[in-house]
Amino acid sequence: MNRTVIDLWVGFFVALGIAAVLFLALKVGNLSAAHLSETYVLQAKFDNIGGLKVRGPVRSAGVLVGRIADIRFDPESYQAVVTMNIDGRYRFPRDTFASIYTAGLLGEQYIGFDVGGDEKMLQPGDTVKMTQSAVVLEKLISQFLFGKAAEGQDSK
Amino acid sequence: MPGPLDLLRKIGAPTVDRIWRLGFAARFFFAILTHSGTAFRRLPLTLREIYFSGVLSLLIILVSGLFVGLVLGLQGYETLQRYGSTEALGILVALSLVRELGPVVAGLLFASRAGSSITAEIGLMKTTEQLKAMDMMAVNPLARVVAPRFWGGVVSMPLLAAMFSAMGVFGGWLIGVVFIGVDDGAFWSQMQSSVDFRYDILNGIIKSVVFGFAVSLIAVFEGYDAVPTAEGVSRAITRTVVTSAMTILALDFILTSFMFRGTS
Repeated sequence: MNRTVIDLWVGFFVALGIAAVLFLALKVGNLSAAHLSETYVLQAKFDNIGGLKVRGPVRSAGVLVGRIADIRFDPESYQAVVTMNIDGRYRFPRDTFASIYTAGLLGEQYIGFDVGGDEKMLQPGDTVKMTQSAVVLEKLISQFLFGKAAEGQDSK
Repeated sequence: MPGPLDLLRKIGAPTVDRIWRLGFAARFFFAILTHSGTAFRRLPLTLREIYFSGVLSLLIILVSGLFVGLVLGLQGYETLQRYGSTEALGILVALSLVRELGPVVAGLLFASRAGSSITAEIGLMKTTEQLKAMDMMAVNPLARVVAPRFWGGVVSMPLLAAMFSAMGVFGGWLIGVVFIGVDDGAFWSQMQSSVDFRYDILNGIIKSVVFGFAVSLIAVFEGYDAVPTAEGVSRAITRTVVTSAMTILALDFILTSFMFRGTS
């Protein structure tokens, strides 16, 4: 059996195909960036998570430090329990404040860690005690309107 | 005199015929699978078919991918500009290519470029009684002719779809970043942050594999089942292109409804 010209072309073709898949995986997709090699789990309870999604980012000081692994409803406390995979390189103090923010006006929602000053660190599996729920725009507007209405009554 | 019974016959006969053909196609598919041993043992046979259906389709796939990407870049920029979020151009181009356009358009092009020529080749072999001659020489035409072409198509299709998507992303980048002047870093970083490998890219590859199986099966089946005349072969080629196109689009809808339900 001898090597033929067709073998060369097929090899070229397959190599080009694999290069395209690699390009899609590494350059277009986030296989390299999102691959948090060693992670640990933190949990947080929120009264309202708004439009938070699984696989959404967890940021501290704007830097991606983890991803949301799971969101479920706790039937006892009637709260949302969010499980996060946090990058193993980062540890956070125990009085870290977890809030739900929105990136831009129409952007995706993410969990932001505002770090406190506690000496003790959150251990894997711990629950972040202090949380702030997502801002629901309707609530905000109605609060503003009721506040205005109350002001108007006071001034009379 | 045409009575109600004639009408029933006119509807019934083609229906029974279609179902008959469908059953034969299913049996044919399993026959290919059981006879594919040769296609893998004698690899040069399959390599030759990858050359004909894959390598020779490179030009049409790459050029079409580039132009689809260019158009997506222009149209996407036009719309995103109204909302002041032109940095999202990368997301738009990459997601629409990787999830939908890459597998589907590459599949349609593959069906008309490679599928039709496979049908023509097998149909003409049948017309000139080459398949029968092989049978006489105790060479199974399913193993020697059909299976290598089938597997060649199955291997080529996902690779072509990936190249189409990659080329399209390049086209979108060319229009968006090089010609219009969207920020290069924002283009790539926004794309990378919202295109997920497993959810988007892997599902797109799964789609293209499924389309590869469907188009290759239709192509070899139509060729093998062709009426052995010049007219029969030409009809079989037409059927290959039409049936492949409809099958790809229908399968795409089914796969999409399974894969992307919007409840992430």
